[in-house]
Amino acid sequence: MDERITINQGSGGRLTHKLIEDVFSKNFGMPEPLTDSAIIKDTGGTLAFTTDSYVVDPIFFPGGNIGKLAVCGTVNDLAVSGAVPKYLSAAFIIEEGFLLRDLITVVESMAVEAQKAGVKIITGDTKVVEKGKCDKLFITTSGTGILDPAREHISTGKEIKPGDRILINGSVGNHALAVLGARNNLSFTTPVVSDCASLNGLINSVMLKSNGILFMRDLTRGGLATVLNELAGMIRLGITVDEASVPVDEPVRGLCEMLGFDPLYLANEGKVVLVTESGEAQKVLDIMRSDPSGQKAAIIGDIVQDKRNLVTLYTSVGGKRILDMPSGSQLPRIC
Amino acid sequence: MKYIDEYRDKEVISKLADMISRSVRKNYTFMEVCGGHTNAIHRFGIASLIPECIRLVSGPGCPVCVTGKSFIDKAIACSKLENSIIATFGDLIRVPGSASSMEKERSLGADIRIVFSALEALEIARLNPEKKIIFLGIGFETTAPGTAVTVKQAEIAGMQNFFILNAHKVMPPAMEAIIKDGVNIDGFICPGHVAAITGSAIFNFIPERYRLGCTVTGFEPVDLMQSILMLIRQNNDNAPKVEIQYNRAVTEMGNALAQKNLSEVFEPCNAYWRGFGIIPVSGLKLRMKYEKFDAENIISSVVTDDEDDPSCICGEILRGVKSPSACPLFGTLCVPENPTGACMVSNEGTCNTWFRYMING
Repeated sequence: MDERITINQGSGGRLTHKLIEDVFSKNFGMPEPLTDSAIIKDTGGTLAFTTDSYVVDPIFFPGGNIGKLAVCGTVNDLAVSGAVPKYLSAAFIIEEGFLLRDLITVVESMAVEAQKAGVKIITGDTKVVEKGKCDKLFITTSGTGILDPAREHISTGKEIKPGDRILINGSVGNHALAVLGARNNLSFTTPVVSDCASLNGLINSVMLKSNGILFMRDLTRGGLATVLNELAGMIRLGITVDEASVPVDEPVRGLCEMLGFDPLYLANEGKVVLVTESGEAQKVLDIMRSDPSGQKAAIIGDIVQDKRNLVTLYTSVGGKRILDMPSGSQLPRIC
Repeated sequence: MKYIDEYRDKEVISKLADMISRSVRKNYTFMEVCGGHTNAIHRFGIASLIPECIRLVSGPGCPVCVTGKSFIDKAIACSKLENSIIATFGDLIRVPGSASSMEKERSLGADIRIVFSALEALEIARLNPEKKIIFLGIGFETTAPGTAVTVKQAEIAGMQNFFILNAHKVMPPAMEAIIKDGVNIDGFICPGHVAAITGSAIFNFIPERYRLGCTVTGFEPVDLMQSILMLIRQNNDNAPKVEIQYNRAVTEMGNALAQKNLSEVFEPCNAYWRGFGIIPVSGLKLRMKYEKFDAENIISSVVTDDEDDPSCICGEILRGVKSPSACPLFGTLCVPENPTGACMVSNEGTCNTWFRYMING
């Protein structure tokens, strides 16, 4: 099936409707009739709402594709705010000439991921632009979730205090290197697979069993170093990190050595950093390790009183240095 | 990971740190010549593992940093040729020329591609026979043999559309220029990858003529700690010599095949180094047989001044005389996203490294 997207399928006319019906509505199970806005009848709670655009190049990479990424990314943004993700919208900008079967593959994986994450894709939009006016396929997803008011403090970390501990659910850097490898500009193949995954299951089990979660943030562009620097600045406290305890898979370490990347700055799509009260850290670690998305979870650092706004890294060889914000991107278009 | 973990062993490093602490008798200043060493020293926090009486200063060993503005201007002139593709190492793309940078030219439509090797540029030339491919050849003895092999392959294949804008350099004359400049140092941490090609013997003139110690050093923390200890001992014994710490890669005579390729394709010439000016016989130019690959032949002559912004102290930083914190532009007007001087551009540049690891004072 080599049918290609034509410019008319973005016209808003009959062909557009057919595309929406055949590709999107069918896969997402959207309620008929399709309207301009989705009406959300769930009420009785604070709503969390987020949006993100996805322009990853290439759109297919080991461990996922742009569609899976677009669902996981938005689900994770809601989940780390302490919310229970419920509804997503999905908007597609498609380049004229894009293979229909690729579009279907992307949309099918969105449907699978949405089902896994327990969210519904209930509204969307489709535009087709002339060849060369966008690169194959761009997707924007927005999402809402129900937020228990008792968890409102999690996104800002305002209850964090010195002595609290920092945890991560697994190894860093896999997504960035999987995408780089898939770009065909390395003269070798890599065994690295993206960590792209929805984390609301893991986060939900942690929050159900522990009241000591003080902050969560998913690690995307800029990696662990960026999130920790943002956190240190936000809470005006210091952070120390033990480099040796940050999980990094062997192939990622090897590639970083060869290519001159620091895994602490590389993008992830299925990693979350949590801050917990010190007494809860071990328990939260055990809960994470029992979840498929958290088997390599680790306690990686501490919140400290001094060196305010700064992240100090105790290097794996026993030295220490400041772990700064990255300047400029290590790799463009990885999500 | 094999060949990595052994050289990052915390216990070995802690033992070396003890030995260093017990060996020091005075203040020492050592210069790490290579930008790769500067990066490793900061990344692993080596300065926090050694006594304060040891000062490590960074030398001119980042090829991007010592490349003059006129080279960038020539590269931009190449990018404006009709049907041209520039193939460059990524670090070079943000280096400011006199009016623009390749990054800015790319956003204006120039076809500028990042490659990991000269051979990759040659492959682009094969795939695009209707276009002129210009590879920006910078680097020291480490990267120059790769360029040499590529030029030979281009010759064998009869390539008509492959060119090199060449600014390859060799290291020992710059080290001699630093010594003659009167910089107060007690020894060199010498670049291991340069010596893997050339052999350690190219540094012999330093202890012989200037009575300064040299240790040819690898790039892991154990390598650096061991090398610092060797230099302290040479100083304490007043017995300067060239020692090979990086003996898993370096021999006295080096890689004969790489040297043969290098001398077949290149010959010595005078070269401009940012921060130093012209250093005699410190550059490599294409021999007459390969001049047809010289990109300077396909652009009209570009005359620009290599002089830097007068308030930028990259030159003094490259010579190891001043630290980035002494620069009025550092961290304010000159930052990695918008570099004024070349030391802020490359990951291996002293200012960039200082900025990323936030060392103050």
